[in-house]
Amino acid sequence: MSETMANDYLDCLLNALPADSWNSGAQDRLDWLRRLRNEAIDQAGRLRFPTVKDEEWRFTDVSPLAKLPYKPAQKTSALRLSDIQPFCIAESAHRLVFVDGFFSPDLSRLSKDNQFIIGNLAAPTLTKTPLAEAHLGQHVQFRDNFFAALNTAFLQDGALIVLPENCAVSAPIHLLFIATQEQTTQYPRCLLIGERNSQATVIEDYVALGANAYITNSVAEFSLADNAQINHIRVQRESGSAFHLASSAVALEQDSQYRSVSITLGALISRFNLDVEFNAQAAECTIDGLAMIAGRQLADTHTRIDHAKPHCTSHQQHKCIVDDSSHAVFNGKIIVRPHAQRTNSSQSSRNLLLSGKAQIDTKPQLEIFADDVKCAHGATVGQLDNEEIFYLKSRGLNELIARNLLTYAFGAEVLDRIPVPSLKHTLEQAILNKTTQNS
Amino acid sequence: MNINQNPIILNVDNLHASIQDTEILKGINLTVRSGEIHAIMGLNGSGKSTFAKVLAGHPDYHVTQGSIQYEQQDLLELSAEERAQAGVFLAFQYPIEIPGVANSQFLRLAYNTVQAKRGKEELDPLEFDDFVREKMKLLEMKPDFLDRSVNEGFSGGEKKRNEILQMALLEPKLGILDETDSGLDIDALKIVAKGVNHLHNTGNAIILITHYQRLLDHIVPDFVHVMEAGRIIKTGGKELALELETHGYDWIHNDQKRAAGAST
Ligand SMILES: Nc1ncnc2c1ncn2[C@@H]1O[C@H](COP(=O)(O)OP(=O)(O)O)[C@@H](O)[C@H]1O
Ligand SMILES: [Mg+2]
Repeated sequence: MSETMANDYLDCLLNALPADSWNSGAQDRLDWLRRLRNEAIDQAGRLRFPTVKDEEWRFTDVSPLAKLPYKPAQKTSALRLSDIQPFCIAESAHRLVFVDGFFSPDLSRLSKDNQFIIGNLAAPTLTKTPLAEAHLGQHVQFRDNFFAALNTAFLQDGALIVLPENCAVSAPIHLLFIATQEQTTQYPRCLLIGERNSQATVIEDYVALGANAYITNSVAEFSLADNAQINHIRVQRESGSAFHLASSAVALEQDSQYRSVSITLGALISRFNLDVEFNAQAAECTIDGLAMIAGRQLADTHTRIDHAKPHCTSHQQHKCIVDDSSHAVFNGKIIVRPHAQRTNSSQSSRNLLLSGKAQIDTKPQLEIFADDVKCAHGATVGQLDNEEIFYLKSRGLNELIARNLLTYAFGAEVLDRIPVPSLKHTLEQAILNKTTQNS
Repeated sequence: MNINQNPIILNVDNLHASIQDTEILKGINLTVRSGEIHAIMGLNGSGKSTFAKVLAGHPDYHVTQGSIQYEQQDLLELSAEERAQAGVFLAFQYPIEIPGVANSQFLRLAYNTVQAKRGKEELDPLEFDDFVREKMKLLEMKPDFLDRSVNEGFSGGEKKRNEILQMALLEPKLGILDETDSGLDIDALKIVAKGVNHLHNTGNAIILITHYQRLLDHIVPDFVHVMEAGRIIKTGGKELALELETHGYDWIHNDQKRAAGAST
């Protein structure tokens, strides 16, 4: 795409910026927010719309996005609870629902006796929280990420979770983002602030009603203070015609533990950036991912783990299953800074090709500047094993079932790490169904 | 050697089979009647596992000559899964590990698939659980083994027991056990032998592939065949295994030479 096209795209978007509550009126207390958005608008203007000439976007051509007139989504007539029922998660006592990016109090479920803050970022009481100002836009690198800059420029509703010191939330928190409109862009946003010794499980879930083409441009920021422990399950099950562009940024303080499982099933083109930053010693992260795609889908995952401090541990397992003419991209960067001694890091990228026309590009990138470190990494690309298929057939299973079972088993290792049984079960079924359809 | 007029389960006639254009089986003849136990012995590389895999329908092997009749059907016309459904069972010399598939899930899927094809009753997870645990007792298997992935991280002995468990569930007409005794200590061997004897009856037949006489102390064969270079070069009763144990495989060659010398 030419630069003019890119700038036209941005102009077109910025003209469409709605006059929302944050821009209107003299709300001095929101100066910081206006500043943040203005800076993001400037950055989005400075950064170009990425093309395949950019190293970071080499395999992922997002030009189809700019060709379509995706205007910001509008607030729509309310959905009913029955519409979202299929997406609800039995174990979760706390649910925030966003329809096309807009918070829906009616569909959300919040228990009254909360020991923690949960709600819409744009709600005046929440925006006032000094913590929101201290963290919003401070972790995601929107200064070198065009789509994160756009998301920040369009910032309106979003999920805010603040876990006070020593607060342990046992039931999973479900953040449900539902897309319902054709040819629009939604800008979901999440901010989680976990204070010292806090614990929670958060499900960030992107779904669609119908098979619309639309754009989701989302940003999630997670900040974990000393000894905070957060499970983060991210599910991308957008419509098969959608575009999904997302960034997650995680900041870890001392002894904190961040465990995430990211599942990518939907969208025609998707790009997920996950950045984890170790800001203090002895923190740990486990980030696992599974992308299972078919047809002409493209799923790109870029992760970056920055061991900026000594004595931290990171484990990563990323798996892709590609069928038909689909294309999966994985780029996993691990940086170990010069003083980050006694870093322990492992990364594994395993890929299953189910069709001769499918494509995998996997690139582990280790940049190690410290000497006393333990770093292991590996990448494999393979097909289903004929001896395994024969073994199953010799027990009476037909070829199709044997192949489906083995494909499912390949992905199950990642699904098994989801600590929410009903969600795990739903995703297992989704993967089994997807396998069956593709065969 | 028994004189058995039971129906023929398997009739292999002049079987030749190749892998990647290399001929491995060079004219095997074998008749197995129901109620019989046949042992096939022979040095490493003589083609025993190849024969077993050809019977089970492994796609890498091509039959270039000869025929296999199984229960009045042309076995070579059937796919691997159809053979299993029709009652052919191979206990693998090297059982395959399948990470991510729980043993319980796999066993139930196999059991129900085969039951459905045979027009018999399928079991729901709870019923199956009771059923499989009963069978596991016979093989003295630990219950936790149901929750583990198929063969993943199993010891050699556990893998072999898992094969026999599958045989117990699928109730084959023709069980082919490829070196099920290798790598088993004597206690495990006795357990496996007890399991096999328990499954054996006048309505089915077993082919035991083994190197060692010690298995045949516990599962007594009606016939012993010696394989070499893709052929069965000698057939006898159970005493043949003892003679092999005492004299080694070279003895057969000398024996054959003597026989050849005597006849001229
Ligand atoms: N995939 C293969 N390609 C070529 N030769 C093979 C292959 N598999 C087995 N063979 C050969 O076939 C012969 C018989 O092997 P096998 O049936 O495993 O013997 P056994 O079970 O009696 O030890 C051996 O010489 C072996 O090297
Ligand atoms: Mg062998």
